[in-house]
Amino acid sequence: MTFEELEQIAAETRENREKSPRELNVCVAAGCLSLHSDAVKKSLEEEVKRTGATCRVRGTGCMGLCSLGPLVASEPSGQLYKSVAAADAAEIVKNLEGAPVPRLLCSREQPFFQRQNLIVLENSGRIDPEKIEEYIAADGYRALVHALTEVNPNEIVQEVSKSGLRGRGGAGYPTGLKWGTVSKTAGTTKYVICNADEGDPGAFMDRSVLESDPHRVLEGMAIAAYAVGATRGYIYVRAEYPLAVKRFGTAIREARRLGFLGSQICNTKFNFDMEVRIGGGAFVCGEETALIASIEGRRGAPRPRPPYPAQAGLWDMPTLINNVETFANIPSIVRRGGDWYASIGTKKSKGTKVFALTGKVRNVGLIEVPMGTTLRQIIYEIGGGGPEGHKFKAVQTGGPSGGCIPEQFLDLSVDYESLRELGSIMGSGGMIVMDDSACMVNVAHYFMEFCMSESCGKCIPCRSGTAQMFELLTRMTLGTATARDLELLEELCDMVSSTSLCGLGQSAPNPVLSTLRYFRDEYIEHINEKRCRAGVCECGSTVGVTA
Amino acid sequence: MNPAPSVKTLMIDGKDVSARADQSILDAARENAIPIPTLCHLDGLSEAGACRLCLVELKGTPRLQPACVTLVEEGMEVTTQSPRLEKYRRMVVELLFAERNHVCSVCVSNNMCELQDMAKQLGVTHVRFPYRYPRLPVDTTHERFTMDHNRCILCTRCVRVCTEIEGAHTWGVFGRGVDAHLITDLDIPWGTSDTCTSCGKCVQVCPTGALFEKSKVGMQSQKNPDFLNYLNEMREIER
Amino acid sequence: MPLTSKKPPLPSEDKRWRIVNGTMRRHGYARDALIETLHTVQESFGFLDKVALRFVADSLRVPLSQAYGVATFYHFFTMKPPGEHVCLICMGTACYIKGAGALLNEAQAALGIQAGETTADAKASLMTARCIGSCSVAPAVVFDGETMGNVAGKNLREKLAGWRPA
Repeated sequence: MTFEELEQIAAETRENREKSPRELNVCVAAGCLSLHSDAVKKSLEEEVKRTGATCRVRGTGCMGLCSLGPLVASEPSGQLYKSVAAADAAEIVKNLEGAPVPRLLCSREQPFFQRQNLIVLENSGRIDPEKIEEYIAADGYRALVHALTEVNPNEIVQEVSKSGLRGRGGAGYPTGLKWGTVSKTAGTTKYVICNADEGDPGAFMDRSVLESDPHRVLEGMAIAAYAVGATRGYIYVRAEYPLAVKRFGTAIREARRLGFLGSQICNTKFNFDMEVRIGGGAFVCGEETALIASIEGRRGAPRPRPPYPAQAGLWDMPTLINNVETFANIPSIVRRGGDWYASIGTKKSKGTKVFALTGKVRNVGLIEVPMGTTLRQIIYEIGGGGPEGHKFKAVQTGGPSGGCIPEQFLDLSVDYESLRELGSIMGSGGMIVMDDSACMVNVAHYFMEFCMSESCGKCIPCRSGTAQMFELLTRMTLGTATARDLELLEELCDMVSSTSLCGLGQSAPNPVLSTLRYFRDEYIEHINEKRCRAGVCECGSTVGVTA
Repeated sequence: MNPAPSVKTLMIDGKDVSARADQSILDAARENAIPIPTLCHLDGLSEAGACRLCLVELKGTPRLQPACVTLVEEGMEVTTQSPRLEKYRRMVVELLFAERNHVCSVCVSNNMCELQDMAKQLGVTHVRFPYRYPRLPVDTTHERFTMDHNRCILCTRCVRVCTEIEGAHTWGVFGRGVDAHLITDLDIPWGTSDTCTSCGKCVQVCPTGALFEKSKVGMQSQKNPDFLNYLNEMREIER
Repeated sequence: MPLTSKKPPLPSEDKRWRIVNGTMRRHGYARDALIETLHTVQESFGFLDKVALRFVADSLRVPLSQAYGVATFYHFFTMKPPGEHVCLICMGTACYIKGAGALLNEAQAALGIQAGETTADAKASLMTARCIGSCSVAPAVVFDGETMGNVAGKNLREKLAGWRPA
């Protein structure tokens, strides 16, 4: 594949679209699909066929505003229709040329769309994720061809370092540094692994990217493999994401067909191929060494680091592991330059971040904003605030490893450091808004149950410590806890975070610590007054019964 | 070129020591008579890094590091005893006692148990955490040995000796988290296992009364894992 | 002894074993194909049992204890045959905040079983998931593989009642 051939495919694809520019794009990503957008698509197809209208009906990826799904975009006018039902097909098709259907209209001028800055999601909802030609027509694979034919691997590593990109899986380790380590480590075989084991409950960014624009991730992985000298790749996807698995599988076959995977890619000496590995429902496999054990077909128990996977990873070979969103940033960085990327964001956190904005907020969906956007902008401008009659209480970031941030910090800009200072973490990008109907003790209890049953059981502090913390929190939610139990809980938080073997245990106390830090009075009420102000816990009713 | 590993000098608890570059902090400390508590470690088996009792402080490193898997480095300053470390170690022991049913007075390994010794050594006189009292079985189906899950601390020494030394792979770990427990083959009664060679190595390396010989009682049930070093040395020579 | 260099025979005439064998062949009977193969077994048979585990372990030369350890480590694998219908309630944070706990209680009451169980008539199984990634339409429930968003107690009761006509 050369630039000329690439351009030819892009031109042909664009030409075909221009010949009959009218099209209806139906979101068939997970959110809209669970609102039966597949039926909407079928109904539109039948209507177009019945009326003989000149219009293509395409299935595309996520358009972001999932709470108003199923979403349908009418091109070339750019109109967006919300909450479309199968029965709306006739009206939509009838009005293809004239005025849009006002009843279904969803403005793109609203802050939800205007406030965003799309890099990772630039193609989401715009291209058919199962057609490689559409990705190519959107400048896809140009970065890979450029990397292979015009620059050397070290220059790629330099460019990624210059971009300031940091790992989007949560910890924020500088991506360029990681790539540099793997590229410098000697090894007969090296591996690239994409971590798509998006285990945080309440997060669906990676799922959406894989379902909406799989080639972007594939291209990022191939560029990474070239940069670090790897010949083999794996993408480890959760079993709970069958559509993502299917679409990525299609992407791999398509990429092989056009020669972006295989041997002598783009007539160079570079060989690279990859396969999909399906997870088994274990949150701990998001941890690098556990993920590697899982790909090797073993129990997903982490091992102590060092050695880091960059030195001794899959089958003890140097291995680069990045998450989906990290790889998805790579094609844009290589195409537009590290300086361009570094111009977005804050001093230490560059670029954009994709968040799954959910919970008690009007506009639920997938958003991409520059690092440094404030929580208030995200929740109130993009998210449209909470539902009527309830008061905002906290926003949860980082899932079971993160924390709850209260109202007084909403003007803080979102970046790796500021969230950590608040006792939470960036995490993979789940952002769950909670209002006064949520009890913070109950939320801590919920996450501790999660960590307890997701603990691999290898090290004692995590295995037994999370079970003890869960028991103490259960007492609090039942109204049977004493002040002594709170002391023990705090002592355990410190011990488990300081002594656990891997990140799961080390961060398991975070939801408790952050709620204790900002909502301690709620704990005290549960203990002293046997009262849950949100009315979630049944602590009052059980006093004297279980005690 | 001289293939001999280089020698590193470091400081452990204020004492200057030297060690080979491929030695762990634990090795180096024990060679210099500096004790570091361990439960999952056993000389001659691979390291699990799981019990967290051997965590030590390293100057310039914010996180505590396990001495069993951390290799010595030039100029390293290691602290093996501090109020913080001792507190965490006591809590590890407390968590183990609360996790299953460890009743020393009626245990075959009473006074010959590494968990009991560790509690004494660390001054754990009582457990502050709620006991979980799980209902766990005792497998007496093997003609010579018994597995009492109530006493197991999941150190996996038995799994490692069975895999790495005997090569039978009879022992494995079922499930995960606090529900994890040891199994033989496809979770069948030990006595019906056709992979078990009845070598008894697992019994000898077990630190508690979880695995014991039926015929031995009292002082006779003292365990002796010293065969490990002998076997490993002999293998080295044959190679 | 269970392990020999020879490949074990298929456990029965059932054609589905050939599909399982196909997955292993595609991976060159490498040990690391264990999890992939167990996925194929579960897709084909609906669950894993000891016959399947022994066959797969022997074929891939994985020790039995390890195969069982892997099968029980990953919660996606089930050792019990599922009911004719499966109701999977997402307990992810977004769903939890929007009332998934109450939905679970409703489903348990309606079916008379706890999460992870199957009704005595083998008509329905009730499962929970950590997060199915459908947070935007929370609370979400998967009925026989089809995800339904913004589920209310009423939808749930109707759907479950339809599975088990009184």
